[in-house]
Amino acid sequence: MTMYDRWLLPDGIEEVLPSSAARVEDLRRQLLDLYRSWGYQLLITPLVEFTDSLLSGLGTDLDTLTYKLTDQVSGRTMGIRADITPQVARIDAHSLGQEGVSRLCYAGSVLQTRPGSLLGSRLPIKVGAELYGDSSLAADIEIISMMLETVACAGLGRVTLDLGHVGIYRSLLADSGLDSDQEQAVFDALQRKSLPDLKLVLAPLADAGRRQLILELASKHGDLSVLEDVPYAAAAVAELHEVRAAIEHRYPNVDIYFDLGELRGYDYHTGLVFAAYVPGFGQAVANGGRYDDVGEVYGRARPATGFNTDLKALLDLLEQVPLASAISAPVGSDDAMWQRVGELRGAGEIVICSLSGEVDPRCDRQLVCREGDWQVEIL
Amino acid sequence: MSAELTLALTKGRILKETLPLLAAAGIAPLEDIASSRKLVFDTTMPGVRLMIIRGTDVPTYVRHGAADIGVVGKDILLENGAEGLYEPLDLGIACCQMMTAGPAGWSPGSSRVRVATKFTRIAQQYFAEQGIHADVIKLYGAMELAPMMNLADIIVDIVDTGNTLRANGLQPLQKIADISSRLVVNKAAMRSKHEAIQAIVDAVGLAVEGQSV
Repeated sequence: MTMYDRWLLPDGIEEVLPSSAARVEDLRRQLLDLYRSWGYQLLITPLVEFTDSLLSGLGTDLDTLTYKLTDQVSGRTMGIRADITPQVARIDAHSLGQEGVSRLCYAGSVLQTRPGSLLGSRLPIKVGAELYGDSSLAADIEIISMMLETVACAGLGRVTLDLGHVGIYRSLLADSGLDSDQEQAVFDALQRKSLPDLKLVLAPLADAGRRQLILELASKHGDLSVLEDVPYAAAAVAELHEVRAAIEHRYPNVDIYFDLGELRGYDYHTGLVFAAYVPGFGQAVANGGRYDDVGEVYGRARPATGFNTDLKALLDLLEQVPLASAISAPVGSDDAMWQRVGELRGAGEIVICSLSGEVDPRCDRQLVCREGDWQVEIL
Repeated sequence: MSAELTLALTKGRILKETLPLLAAAGIAPLEDIASSRKLVFDTTMPGVRLMIIRGTDVPTYVRHGAADIGVVGKDILLENGAEGLYEPLDLGIACCQMMTAGPAGWSPGSSRVRVATKFTRIAQQYFAEQGIHADVIKLYGAMELAPMMNLADIIVDIVDTGNTLRANGLQPLQKIADISSRLVVNKAAMRSKHEAIQAIVDAVGLAVEGQSV
């Protein structure tokens, strides 16, 4: 360690400096207010908990994404949260335990062993909302609407909504006779939309008709026309149609893109999957889906749907806000001045004491005493 | 076509075999690539550029979105992983095999073998699947030398005719995978420039079919 590299941060770990931090914090507050207005209650989940509860039910990826440490008190393994969703699932299933619908939201940092995208952060700030206890499509539409309003709130420009449904692929693979390694190979090739590789790995599948349908699935992405000629999974296709109609009606400026072969979170998603994209950004700015029965491992299976976004990933996309202007006040023990400063601060102004006579560069006004009266004047 | 598209092509033999396929899809460089020192070329299709780089760099450019489409050998995709990429087409060009090769008459004696290769990830995975513990030695070229100089027992490399192997006293042993060049597409671009990219994928796909007839 030398003077030259002592300041370096680990890969994928970054700080947010004042100009960006103010914008990110503004957005965090706006989003939580937005979710509150939809009836979503804020949760503050713990930074660490036992891996037994943290890693249950939400796929195998989460295990390798989670940093672990031993609890000195109990000797059990704890994980630093790499995702907040499983915590919310645990809270809904166990801590709240209420019947009927619960609407929950959260905002907080998570730590991941690997960045979620190229040059991405290992320390994202996750903000999201989850709706438990309702399996209807209306719940998915509510969550998708909130996701779109989240993107609108951040002012990220024209949104493309990606819609998919894991039920479509699942119905093609049901009783296929493939073993789990073969299924994994088919899944990998499909995620790469690699027709040549798909042909190879589908060879063990006896049913030629079904082979052809899985091959076609790799090309089923684009506009509404991809939902034509899907002679299976009628319920899933009907759900996609219904969601499209509802969203298109509510948000006519949102482009809708279908990708029936996209199986993000296939491990734990059980129905619709959705994501929001904006121009000039390669990753989804927000994504989510239905993940029914995730609470089962905590003793209570509940239908669930939700979405989340990473405020840090949005950082570069957010418009910079001009620095708020401030008022400079002299140092002193004048009671009248102290009172006036309090009034100004109460009214939302920033008042900065010029400790040694230096005026903070953000100040464009100053507090001066004119005939015993403290007044704000242009600097 | 409104979208600007950048194609990253692997230089060398793959490039020679790629250009006719692109030409059949209506994309030809406006100047002779072989006689130019430039790295980026405009093409006969407005808005479409070609970039000529090393194969190992192609997935990197496409994954980061610095190029929308790439042409790269399957060997490199297997070695570097294909995350963030779609691989819609097998171009059926630059065909060869990923193989193990060793001195004539070599057979695995002890429980561990020393393997020299450029493709460390493929080698690790292959030998693990075979139940053999491999000590992998990373080399950047002339793998054939390693067994001869007793740096390694066997090698993993791409084999075309096998002539270089034989000239150095080695023989091909086991096939690991068939290798050919693939067309890869950036996942985000596939969405945001869907029509333009799909048109090129379809046209190149047709050219590939025409070539194999």
